[in-house]
Amino acid sequence: MKAINKKLWILLLLLTAPVMALANESNVHLDKAPVNLKNTASIQRGAILFASRCLACHSASYMRYNRLMDLGMTEAQIKKGLELPEDVKLGTIMQAVMDTNSAKLAFGIAPPDLSVIARSRSADWLYTYMRTFYVDTSHPSGWNNTTFPDVAMPFVLADLQGTQTLQVENKNGHEVKRLVLESPGSMCTAKSAICTDGYDAAIADLINYLVFMSDPSAIVRYNLGYFVLGFLFVLLVLVYALKKEIWKDIH
Amino acid sequence: MNLLKKLLGWIDTRFPLIATFKEHASEYYAPKNFNFWYFFGGLALLVLVIQILSGIFLTMNYKPDALFAFASVEYIMRDVHWGWLLRYIHSTGASMFFVVVYLHIFRGLMYGSYRNPRELLWIIGMIIYLALMGEAFMGYLLPWGQMSFWGAQVIVNLFSSVPFIGHDLAILIRGDYVVSDTTLNRFFALHVIAIPLILVLIVFAHIVALHEVGSNNPDGIEIKKHKDANGIPLDGIPFFPYMVVKDSVAAVVFLMVFCAIIFFAPDMGGYFLENNNFVPANPMKTPEHIAPVWYFTPYYAILRAVPPIFGSQFPGVAAMGIATVIFFFLPWLDRGKVKSIRYRGLIYKTFLTLFVISFVGLGWLGQMPSTPTYTMIARILAVVYFAFFLLMPWYTKIDKCKPEPDRVTSK
Amino acid sequence: MTDKVNLKKRRLLIASTAAGGVAAAGAGAPFVLSFMPSERVKAAGAPVEVDLKTLKPGMMISVEWQGKPVWIVHRTKEMLDLLSNHNDKLVDPESSVEQQPKYCTNAYRSIKPEYLVVLGVCTHLGCSPTYRPEVAPTDLGKDWPGGWFCPCHGSRFDLAARVYKGVPAPSNLIVPPHKYLSDTRVLIGDDSKEAA
Repeated sequence: MKAINKKLWILLLLLTAPVMALANESNVHLDKAPVNLKNTASIQRGAILFASRCLACHSASYMRYNRLMDLGMTEAQIKKGLELPEDVKLGTIMQAVMDTNSAKLAFGIAPPDLSVIARSRSADWLYTYMRTFYVDTSHPSGWNNTTFPDVAMPFVLADLQGTQTLQVENKNGHEVKRLVLESPGSMCTAKSAICTDGYDAAIADLINYLVFMSDPSAIVRYNLGYFVLGFLFVLLVLVYALKKEIWKDIH
Repeated sequence: MNLLKKLLGWIDTRFPLIATFKEHASEYYAPKNFNFWYFFGGLALLVLVIQILSGIFLTMNYKPDALFAFASVEYIMRDVHWGWLLRYIHSTGASMFFVVVYLHIFRGLMYGSYRNPRELLWIIGMIIYLALMGEAFMGYLLPWGQMSFWGAQVIVNLFSSVPFIGHDLAILIRGDYVVSDTTLNRFFALHVIAIPLILVLIVFAHIVALHEVGSNNPDGIEIKKHKDANGIPLDGIPFFPYMVVKDSVAAVVFLMVFCAIIFFAPDMGGYFLENNNFVPANPMKTPEHIAPVWYFTPYYAILRAVPPIFGSQFPGVAAMGIATVIFFFLPWLDRGKVKSIRYRGLIYKTFLTLFVISFVGLGWLGQMPSTPTYTMIARILAVVYFAFFLLMPWYTKIDKCKPEPDRVTSK
Repeated sequence: MTDKVNLKKRRLLIASTAAGGVAAAGAGAPFVLSFMPSERVKAAGAPVEVDLKTLKPGMMISVEWQGKPVWIVHRTKEMLDLLSNHNDKLVDPESSVEQQPKYCTNAYRSIKPEYLVVLGVCTHLGCSPTYRPEVAPTDLGKDWPGGWFCPCHGSRFDLAARVYKGVPAPSNLIVPPHKYLSDTRVLIGDDSKEAA
């Protein structure tokens, strides 16, 4: 029926209107982060990188170490993989090595807590950000970032990625900025060329971990979700059959 | 079985249990031609129950304190057993409440459900809607993220544009010079007990009023006009079991949508839970782009569309207020000969379509940064929005209506 | 004909009510389970490690485990000798009631005789008794060999935390699970065999 079609169209409009509009109006181009929460091996590698590099300055004060057991790690594996002291309790939260005040003195700003950073910044932003540091001697830290200009954070993973510089070219009157890798880092796998393939993969792992950490329920949620929807579908079939049966005599 | 009957008899001599059940369920007659749009009232009641239940359990772990609020929400999300589920139920429920209520209101507009004898039913419903907005607004402050804080800051500051008393009024609402711990604490109290209590009472009144006048239907005609020898409407069917089982089907479908969101997309791409709200409130730093939650954006767009007059923001605030309150006057603005859109002429259909477009369009604009183009569009849409109401006495009168049928039609 | 129809309706009614009931129970379970101790509570109640090197003979220290006081007493030779003299006055001198792990079901109610590890919560109504190690003080009588006295309702315990007859407390104090990580390092709250 025409009238019904129109109603459905209006309904569809009402329901999708909020979703149609884009939430992210950032003008920086963001690379797509290859997030996959099913890849627990990747999340585990990310957790190890996070503990060895990020936790020096950044806390994840809503995250407990034993939450990594959701990924299938045992207590012993967590302690060994994250190089934790023998006597640390796994129920404790991930606290930065550096305290907030000295970090504030060193960087001028307290390094943000990273527990839910993947939810506030988005995985794509983080994935791009961690790969766009370049040398900038005009900056106190010696580094700058095209995704987050004038960021206070020094590039602590330079040994892994290698050093990039910013080249500005003038193309047809447009300024074109481009990052150039000057020297390869330890994660470059190609012997002959300068590359960042190993580093990109490691950052993908790290972002995967940050996404996991921002909402550890996700892993349980997805599996439970299919079950719940399946059950509700069975319920729907039953209730619908009952409705048909009861409504038989109405017309 | 006999014991059960005895117990029922014992209760019934002391409380009108069976009489109530008969009057409001087994012998309450609803029109048999209810369509899809008639599910949303029941669903709104379902969401109310869901919100109250999940809310009660959230308060058991939430701390209404500026120092601990944000952390306590993350505590619920991680450390409390199934806390993430409780929280996602509640956050999804907030948005779904508005989805359902907006569709419920739209149903009323389509079929003229606000017209005689249902004016008071409609007014009570609009009071529910206003209370619900207050409830949602206060609840949104509680996670104490950046959007919570700055959203509340902006909305409360709207009150300071009220002439003469505005400044003091804003301070009175906040209990401080900015949104602060004090504000959080009182919003918590209002959100968890004061407004829910009012909501439950007026929802009850809404149902009582509905059962007094009886439901409207897609044909917009009164089923009470044609009764059989026993006084039962010919086109009515008992609410129990027919409507109960029909609404149950709708409830299960709704719960499937609800659960799909909870389990697979609880933030709904930043619309149900905004990204910036995962940054703890910082009174020193406003996020680059702030917008209210999606269900408030149509009104926010109207607010921004009205230019300041004599340097005062008040006209915009007033326009926003009128945009919500104007719904109350619908029963008297509509002068059409028929109620339902099925028998209305092209003019009403056009105006209603334009209204829906303006509402959705304003909603979209309300969460976009304002640019000259967008502001221009918002102004046009705001005019359309108000035209729907203000021109209603005129266009409903000249509209060419089709004759209403004598009895309800089924398809 | 009508019988058949009713039967179908009844079956559907039972099936959908049952499925709806299961759904309601399933939805209710997370609400009830949210009452269980949270991860933070569990972390706060994690096993506590105590170094006994500085605990002098005759002294008691109190450490917090799961929010409750756990006493560790370094019992002297004299204290230990006195333990066997008053068995007839005790409710359960042999520790036959399971108020302690298997490895502490002995005369001293401990792994190492000199160190007693016991939960400082009275088995009567949960007060924390007072440590009274001195022998025969005036207020507790001349046959008091040292022990604990509960200020709430006067329950008495000896230095193996065994309860005396004729007091309100029904049973000996609880010995929590614990184990020695080294000669002087004890872990309270965990007695699993594998390394911590």
